[in-house]
Amino acid sequence: MFAMPVAHACASGLGGMRAAGDLVARMQMARGMRLAEAKAYVAERLGVEPSELSDSVLMNERRGDLGLGRLTTFEISHPDEPTAIEAKTNIGDLLDLEIPAVRLLEERVHRSR
Amino acid sequence: MAQRVPTRMGDGSLVQMTRAEIEAEVRAGVEAAVKRAKVPPLAEDEIEHLVDIYASPARFTGVDIGAEVVLSYDGSGAKTFASRLQDLQTYEQCFAADLVELCHNDYSFKAVKTITAYEAQSMREAQLALTVPIQYGAMPNLGLYCRPDGPAPNWAELLPAGRFDEARAGQEEAVELAVTDMVNVGVDLAEAGADGIDFDTAAAAGDADFLATLKASEALRARYPEFGIEIGMAGEFVLGMHGELEYDGVRLAGLWPREQLEVATKAGAHMFGPAVNVNTGKSAAWNAARACALVKPCVDAATIPIHMNVGMGVGGVPMTTYNPVDAVSRASRACVDILRLDGL
Repeated sequence: MFAMPVAHACASGLGGMRAAGDLVARMQMARGMRLAEAKAYVAERLGVEPSELSDSVLMNERRGDLGLGRLTTFEISHPDEPTAIEAKTNIGDLLDLEIPAVRLLEERVHRSR
Repeated sequence: MAQRVPTRMGDGSLVQMTRAEIEAEVRAGVEAAVKRAKVPPLAEDEIEHLVDIYASPARFTGVDIGAEVVLSYDGSGAKTFASRLQDLQTYEQCFAADLVELCHNDYSFKAVKTITAYEAQSMREAQLALTVPIQYGAMPNLGLYCRPDGPAPNWAELLPAGRFDEARAGQEEAVELAVTDMVNVGVDLAEAGADGIDFDTAAAAGDADFLATLKASEALRARYPEFGIEIGMAGEFVLGMHGELEYDGVRLAGLWPREQLEVATKAGAHMFGPAVNVNTGKSAAWNAARACALVKPCVDAATIPIHMNVGMGVGGVPMTTYNPVDAVSRASRACVDILRLDGL
């Protein structure tokens, strides 16, 4: 079990939240964009080149700057940065997407009315 | 004497082959696909690239920097390591998953429809804890709708008895029941904040299974324009258990990946996952070459993302529980490099 996801991630993966893979995945899921189109869309929104979307160093900085959520480790924490649902709100705004969980949050929080 | 390099068989066992032997395996795999599915052969440079990948003695290999693809994980939230939520977080935080999937161990829509409220609650909680997109996954699994597990006549018993009309009627009855379950589960999970749904191992029970999946996809797409709908296949060829079923005028029995993609696209899928099963008696190189040749026309014709199934026993990855990283990384790179996939 362990080797399958780790080997794929190292061999060919965009890096998920370590980089910008989750953002590209969202464009594929919601809009049915093929990879090149989805990468170009996300890269333009992030202000980077499509080939840089898997660069975990650069993307970590951009995610921090834009409040898109970052991985935490026991050495590094980001207590002042957005939590998961807060980050998804920012991701939806950045990508011009309605993220279902964010919509539910907005519908059910009284303050937004 | 030619140098022998370690490589794998389709069952994962380690064997030694020369580069010439590996090239022969690759060419034979391509030829098997050409003969069986009437697809064009891979180009010479593609064959050479496959040989380079599989004739390398390196422990690990990977695609070029900048050529990475989206990794969607079916079954990633299935209580493998800890709780389902912790498993999803592990895939997000430790395995660099681009999107994850909440699912139940009884991975069938018929089974999970009875606990959909609890699954929806789990989705709500997961959505608050994870940043990456989360889809819900299960199998159409049409066989559960026939006797003794369901109400429809058992076509697997009727067919050998020559009672074809009754067997077909049983499958048609099962299709309608399955569509209802898949749509109801899909709606409940969408309303709970799911980013998408994965109809996994579609057509496992043949053309009727596939028809149910397409109908469910169509209904959900009509209701949710930006819902992620992924249709992942069970195998490379749709079995004609019914034989006469059509979707939008296309007979489903006998479809290969490119034609499967076309009907999946018409049904509103936003991601399609072709599957090519592994022959355990052949080498990993043979299997990867055959898989690439079978799927290449599908990727070339696609207007939606292709997330090929490259897991245990499909897409050139050996059929073994403890897959070695040399075999997985080779299959991963081979499929991405040769096919220009959108994801795995």
